Amino acid sequence: MLARLRLADDEFSQTVDKLSRIVAFVDQLSAAPTAEVVPMAHPLNQVQRLRPDQVTETDNRDAMQENAPSVSGGLYLVPKVIE
Amino acid sequence: MDLHTQTLTELQGGLDRADFSSVELTQALLDRIARHGEKLNAFISVMGDEALGAAKRADETRAAGGGGVLNGLPIVHKDIFCTQGVLTTCGSRMLENFVSPYDATVVEKLAAAGAVVLGKSNMDEFAMGSSNETSYFGPVKNPWDLERSPGGSSGGSAAAVAARLAPAATGTDTGGSIRQPAALTNTVGLKPTYGRVSRYGMIAFASSLDQAGVITRSAEDAALLLGIMAGFDERDSTSVDHPVPDYVAGLGGSLKGLRVGIVRQHFDSGLDDATGKAVREALAVLESQGATLSEVDLPNLDYCVPTYYVVAPAECSSNMSRFDGIRFGHRAEDPEDLLDLYCRSRGEGFGEEVKRRIMTGTYVLSAGYYDAYYLQAQKVRQLISDDFKKAFASVDVIAGPTTPTPAFRLGDKTDDPITMYLNDIYTIGANLAGLPAMSAPCGMVDGLPVGLHLVGPHWAEESLLRTAFQYQAQTDWHRACPEAYR
Repeated sequence: MLARLRLADDEFSQTVDKLSRIVAFVDQLSAAPTAEVVPMAHPLNQVQRLRPDQVTETDNRDAMQENAPSVSGGLYLVPKVIE
Repeated sequence: MDLHTQTLTELQGGLDRADFSSVELTQALLDRIARHGEKLNAFISVMGDEALGAAKRADETRAAGGGGVLNGLPIVHKDIFCTQGVLTTCGSRMLENFVSPYDATVVEKLAAAGAVVLGKSNMDEFAMGSSNETSYFGPVKNPWDLERSPGGSSGGSAAAVAARLAPAATGTDTGGSIRQPAALTNTVGLKPTYGRVSRYGMIAFASSLDQAGVITRSAEDAALLLGIMAGFDERDSTSVDHPVPDYVAGLGGSLKGLRVGIVRQHFDSGLDDATGKAVREALAVLESQGATLSEVDLPNLDYCVPTYYVVAPAECSSNMSRFDGIRFGHRAEDPEDLLDLYCRSRGEGFGEEVKRRIMTGTYVLSAGYYDAYYLQAQKVRQLISDDFKKAFASVDVIAGPTTPTPAFRLGDKTDDPITMYLNDIYTIGANLAGLPAMSAPCGMVDGLPVGLHLVGPHWAEESLLRTAFQYQAQTDWHRACPEAYR
């Protein structure tokens, strides 16, 4: 549910099998000598850059919505959420 | 005159001398694409009209005495780069009909320099794969043997350059996706330092590892293109403001005194004997050119692949969450409700490997497993990065094989994800540590190419390119072309 994926019935058993193999494979990381190690946050130790809090993007809604499967009057259409 | 056999630099000279026009050159390559493109399945979109239009404009600009460094030179873009007005599918059903409203920075910069884009190349779906077999549009074939994989994920770019359908192509590299296909197709592949080239408009897979680069037929061409692509971009939050040297000017120096590090484990049992022999011969050439060889240790090397297969899927699961069937991309028919719309659109739109990585990533990030997997992997990643740092205190470049074997048969590794993942064992470290790395042709095993892998410290693209350039001045491997495409 977390990944929001529906698998077809015939995909299920081999997915479970392959995922188990991947998890078993990455389990070997637990043996690595990491007691005093600080987890890496960035490969070059850079900090996130800040920029002035100013509007820089212009309104591109129409261009952006050209790729949307279903829109109307500038709004994205989705199945009814509230009954 | 055989235009298709020439490198970008040679073609540049030909255009400058008016030996031929960009329209003639572009048409000659489009003809080759028409003849070989389908058999190799190297392209997702061929941009014939756009390319000829751009070539015509380039010729006019040149006639008027203007034009950028690449004016009128044809290239190919991996279909992961957003191109305004042209399909950008990323090799996925999810984006089968996606037309980007803007250009990626890489696309913009190359266009500004005058490059003519011949088309968009096939690739593993969302760059997740090492064989091009995860593409929704079918696998790319290796021009050296059509039953073999060209590698991945930038397999279409590599196959197009190897088969002389284009002199150069862009690619992206998250765990080896430029260097491994370059090695398997006898092309040059360069993955720059993390932050060197903008990721803006490059569809994200694992954002802390992804980097754009090039696939060419010579180190000189790679230097030429990198000089144009590199540089700070405020639209990419991890772009680094670091001076861009003149990479072409940097090629000239000798290798005298270059300290080359060899990692013993790279030549262990996992490496095919003949591949190892070809790489050792290449190292001997470097030595004869004045480089000194010494052994360096990367004690945590064996952890590279498992670390990658925690970090990359974790970032993938986060990046892939934007595909919801609502704002863009595939949408399932007749959804029962919103949740059904999300789950079925994603279930139908993504292929098997992408789904597997989303699930792996979601798992390693979930409460209760986060510390054991994701956090532990980021710690091991720091260890791996520290190992490289220590090694680069005593050497300038680390050299070894790019892949454990030459190109494998299509279908050979699709049943077991781990076997496929281990194909990237020598390349993944550079991504985890954000280091520049490249692969250059260095031999043949039973008619299949072998790649020499070079890794340098951060921002050392110049020394990698110079090493490869000087090696290519002494050897001819990079000129070898599969017979059917000469």
